[in-house]
Amino acid sequence: MSDITDARKTLVARILEGDGTTSRAERRAAFDNAGLAEAAGALMDKVANHADGVVDEDLVAVRASGLSEDQIFELVVCAAIGQAMRQYESAIAALDAATGDGSTNGHATLDPR
Amino acid sequence: MAMRLSILDSGHAFGTKILFAIIRAMSRQPTPEALKLIMYRPDFFGAPMKAVTHEAMRGRSAWSVGDRELMAALVSKANACDYCIRAHTAVAAQALHDEARVAAALSNPETAPIEESLRATLRMLGKLTREHAVGADDMRAVLAAGASRAQIEDALAVCFAFNVMNRLADAFAFSVGAPEAFAAGAKFLLARGYR
Repeated sequence: MSDITDARKTLVARILEGDGTTSRAERRAAFDNAGLAEAAGALMDKVANHADGVVDEDLVAVRASGLSEDQIFELVVCAAIGQAMRQYESAIAALDAATGDGSTNGHATLDPR
Repeated sequence: MAMRLSILDSGHAFGTKILFAIIRAMSRQPTPEALKLIMYRPDFFGAPMKAVTHEAMRGRSAWSVGDRELMAALVSKANACDYCIRAHTAVAAQALHDEARVAAALSNPETAPIEESLRATLRMLGKLTREHAVGADDMRAVLAAGASRAQIEDALAVCFAFNVMNRLADAFAFSVGAPEAFAAGAKFLLARGYR
């Protein structure tokens, strides 16, 4: 089978723990879709839950709140990956439950913290 | 049409701009939007994301490349991401040499002429993508249809990659190009993968 475990961990560790134009706390908040200020928080929630509903005005509002394009880029990337991770973890937990496999198979250590 | 962040259209490093010019000249198509995203500050996102996507789409798997491209298109459809639907429908059709079957599977997996294990997997991926979660019963149904645990994990890897890319394509407003551009992109992705 294909194995994205290591590649996915590297990706998440890079966006959350590496250098950026936003703080690590801001990136973690975007990833978790929790705790960002108004305009940015609203955009990240859309990215997580109905990204096809994002409109130009959402980006205009976030820019007006003082974030640069690079900062928006980083936070949107974190929000997208965070939601995809939560979906993936839900599915692996369901698969473990269906197969009676609660053993450690690498999925218990997805979070790099 | 410009993307919503101008840095993704024109903020690339000088060497990357040269590369884009070469790609445009060789393909006679605009630089693909997905490539512009992946090549912007690749150290932050593009490089580690490419590693995930290449392993999911081209790594060893009991699913064929065409099956996985079909899954990518189906996840994109569940997310209503027009750009990614077109891009990966084109790759799936080229890989499977069967445009009609790909169209049928995307239009209605329940009635399409595909294997039961693939049908059940597509059903589960669609639910996971639309509802953000699935339960043990959903997984039991996929296993009962003949998919192995390894195949389900492989399908979830594809689903992960496209649930990331669909969101970014929509948030940044990838513009949908001509069918010829997607056909050229599909040929490249089949020949070279996602690295």
